[in-house]
Amino acid sequence: MLKTRIIPCLDVNNGRVVKGINFIDLVDAGDPVEQAVIYDAAGADELCFLDITASHENRSTIVEVVAKTAEKCFMPLTVGGGVRTVEDVRTLLIAGADKVSINTAAIKNPQLINDAANKFGSQCMVVAIDAKRVNKSYKIFTHGGRKETDISAIEWAKNAEASGAGEILLTSMDRDGTKMGFDLELTRSVSDALSIPLIASGGVGTLDHLAEGVTKGHASAVLAASIFHFGLYNISEAKAYMEKVGVAVRPIEII
Amino acid sequence: MNVAIIDYGSGNLRSATKAFEQAVSELGGGTIKLTKDPDGLKNFSHIVLPGVGAFSDCMTRLSAIDGLIESLQEQVFIKAKPFLGICVGMQLMADVGREHGKTDGFGWIPGEVISISPHNRNIKVPHMGWNDLQIIDTTHPFVQDLLEGVHTYFVHSYHFVTKDRSHVLATVNYGKPLTAIVGRDNLIGTQFHPEKSQRTGLRFIKNFLGWRP
Repeated sequence: MLKTRIIPCLDVNNGRVVKGINFIDLVDAGDPVEQAVIYDAAGADELCFLDITASHENRSTIVEVVAKTAEKCFMPLTVGGGVRTVEDVRTLLIAGADKVSINTAAIKNPQLINDAANKFGSQCMVVAIDAKRVNKSYKIFTHGGRKETDISAIEWAKNAEASGAGEILLTSMDRDGTKMGFDLELTRSVSDALSIPLIASGGVGTLDHLAEGVTKGHASAVLAASIFHFGLYNISEAKAYMEKVGVAVRPIEII
Repeated sequence: MNVAIIDYGSGNLRSATKAFEQAVSELGGGTIKLTKDPDGLKNFSHIVLPGVGAFSDCMTRLSAIDGLIESLQEQVFIKAKPFLGICVGMQLMADVGREHGKTDGFGWIPGEVISISPHNRNIKVPHMGWNDLQIIDTTHPFVQDLLEGVHTYFVHSYHFVTKDRSHVLATVNYGKPLTAIVGRDNLIGTQFHPEKSQRTGLRFIKNFLGWRP
């Protein structure tokens, strides 16, 4: 059977790994290629690089990071942050990314999803959604969570699927960096509205949070950053816990 | 050994190339070359056809390179060089693909490539992630040392239904059994991505490179 994927995410700023607390106070946690190699050896199921400052700054550093990672890690790699055009998608895929996630640019121009999916296939198009509870519903935010929109998270996710997205990466802005767990209501309502896989993100502080993303949030994969980077838990502890509570995961390779 | 990876503008060729380079270096040497030169294919010992995207788009791009499909037919189907098709590269061996309309494939392994189309809404498409293989032909050198239950990385929305069940070397369960590995004579195809399947994937690549069909 298909296994739940555990995906460490490396937030990358100018070629260095950082992790934001609610997208602000950044703490340096090292070299992304080195970390990718560690996660590869540790049995992570995929890796995600999020270039967090890409909207404002030079993008060539992330392309170099991806190229170096692809030389050493033979595992699926998703890269996002500041991707604006079909050409940006192509550059990252050629460098060695398997999937490219787009966020703000897709909201400004949903045709970008169609264009990129037609060119490279839906399997490599991830639409990243930053959502936050506003009154009684969930709205999406752009520009790394800085700009509010009036668009419903569920409607936008369905729209992205219809446009050719192969997967949705859903981050709760309310929970990101808080270690309080995923926003399960958000995760479940979006996941249940889709026929493509959803990666839950934002708020993981314990191993139980990871499992809940699947059992209660109905996610196909769970993404976390801080709990892995700062050594709170490792991938095999996460997998052992998931297995124990009945979430099927891929065993660590023995070859 | 001298391996050609066919470059026809398909997405992530770099990861395939790097994985094959790693496998070759672990086997003690050989060359890996990305190529789209039809005449040059005769100089290689192994031919690999990667592929991401839609069946019809991949076929269109291959056909756009003058003489490439004819050269593949010659080197693979007639001269019987070991051939590995990956993902859509595997699906192209079918008679017909049904993704974005009906498109003829190479017709090397009889069958059709059709949508996964699950009945159960909990089955998400694409089939994306790690899934365990059910090996049917356990004696094939390609699966040597890869025991029942090894996990490989899949990402696909269409699957290969072969006419002859004996051409299926392994299946994967996703709501129903789907073809995971096809093979006949000198041909091997994987629906999964060995180049993305960590040590298990490298082992498959090494098995392919060591295979003498």
